[in-house]
Amino acid sequence: MSITEIQDNIVEEFSLFDDWMDKYNLLIDLGKELPVIDPKFKVKDFLIEGCQSKVWLHPGFDGNLITFTADSDAIITRGIVALLIKVLSNRSPDEIINSDLYFIDKIGLRQNLSPTRSNGLLSMVRQMKLYAIAYNAKNK
Amino acid sequence: MKDIAEIRADFPILNRKVYDKPLVYFDNGATTQKPQCVIDAVDEVYKSYNGNIHRGVHYLSDMSSEAYENSREKVRSFVNADKREEIIFTSGTTGSINGIAFSFGEQYIKPGDEIILSRLEHHANIVPWQMMCERKGAVLRVIPINDKGEIILEEYYKLLSSRTKIVSVTQASNALGTVLPLIEIIGAAHSVNVPVLIDGAQGIQHGIIDVKALDCDFYAFSGHKIYGPTGIGVLYGKEKWLTELDPFQGGGDMVDKVTFEKTTYNELPFKFEAGTMNYPAAIGLASALDYVLSIGRENIESMEKELLSYATERLSAIKGVKIFGTSDKKISTISFHINGIHQYDTGMILDKMGIAVRTGTHCAQPVMDRYGIDGTVRASLCFYNTKKEIDSLAEGIEKVKSMFA
Repeated sequence: MSITEIQDNIVEEFSLFDDWMDKYNLLIDLGKELPVIDPKFKVKDFLIEGCQSKVWLHPGFDGNLITFTADSDAIITRGIVALLIKVLSNRSPDEIINSDLYFIDKIGLRQNLSPTRSNGLLSMVRQMKLYAIAYNAKNK
Repeated sequence: MKDIAEIRADFPILNRKVYDKPLVYFDNGATTQKPQCVIDAVDEVYKSYNGNIHRGVHYLSDMSSEAYENSREKVRSFVNADKREEIIFTSGTTGSINGIAFSFGEQYIKPGDEIILSRLEHHANIVPWQMMCERKGAVLRVIPINDKGEIILEEYYKLLSSRTKIVSVTQASNALGTVLPLIEIIGAAHSVNVPVLIDGAQGIQHGIIDVKALDCDFYAFSGHKIYGPTGIGVLYGKEKWLTELDPFQGGGDMVDKVTFEKTTYNELPFKFEAGTMNYPAAIGLASALDYVLSIGRENIESMEKELLSYATERLSAIKGVKIFGTSDKKISTISFHINGIHQYDTGMILDKMGIAVRTGTHCAQPVMDRYGIDGTVRASLCFYNTKKEIDSLAEGIEKVKSMFA
């Protein structure tokens, strides 16, 4: 599935719920499904610190695709992290660099990614793209 | 006296809904909402008599200047200072503290000198002193706190020495709510001739403040935390200090005579008010102080005391809720944590129920470190809040618990 298709799927899944609490319950469930990050990567080097919640992000690259694993200390943040991983993990650097993440806005979670909401998620997206740029440069 | 419904009707925003739920505003420690009279006062400046203060000969400038100086008088009488010259308008508490830390540091601080703060300080009463210490080679000494979140006075007395040059402490902790024993702190400092600055950002709005009775040397507060506009603050300083200290900012209005060789400064209080001051906000602040006086500060104190005790009782009864800051002397602020649930998650869900709280470290990381936590949920109440709203918070917490269980 392309990045666009996955995003559309997520948007559809969330559109089933009108109530905020249901949307958050879905996020909580998604957070629980997030594959566990190797504890050895839950260190300062991979920490993206927001003043509200913390996010750990670790990249892996097989020369072709980038795989991300991640975690957060807050469950709602972890749910959004899980969505970002769904969309951006196992992608080529080019796909990640050129991705337009519209799903966050469409499912009504834009406030979670605004620069004024320092939960580390905006920095996480930036960091994912930076890793992609770095791996891309390495490949050339 | 107005009843609670009448009081709430004075604050237009309290009537609004968020996410289709009635707003429960429990973030008064961050900023308070404004009564209609304050909104009107600021509106009126721009509508009918806006003109830059102290400069023009024209009618509007005169009117603005007069209203601005009346505000100064209002502040003077509100904090019971001796003279209007002792009331300096600033941008806020942060601006006031930065100003004194700079001017005092430049004039009096030498390498090895010490500045005493408490563990309960907001970053605004830590960082300006730290910056000054770095410039001057001085050292910060910190009064520790006990498990209840109270400063340990005996430790403070031990810290006071001939190296101490100034003590700067908060009136009440923004993170825990603890009210500090200011009389004891100031008395001990004065007995060794050390001046004291009080950060009144969390104190001014909760009761009567009398700088003369307290005998503090400086007192700082923000307009927006006492139902006034943002962008205006006050620095009270004893005349003796303000006369002796050099200004912390240079610019227009604060000067007597300017040549490229030398500038002499204007008299107090203008010496410390460089550039165009936020006079509409100062005028709005005066209206806010009038409003507070019309409700009555004793009344505010007793209403908030009742809210605090009800909220403490309700929250303590919820299994898994731990309250940080359990002193007998508190402003109406409750910092808490729900066992096993991140404060950010709690805050996000409460928000969706229309309840505004603050989460995180509350710009007081040393306090969080003391308890080995990385943040709390803070409900900061004030007199326009109700027990019913506290019930909503309690229900919200139960909901959070059920969602994250």
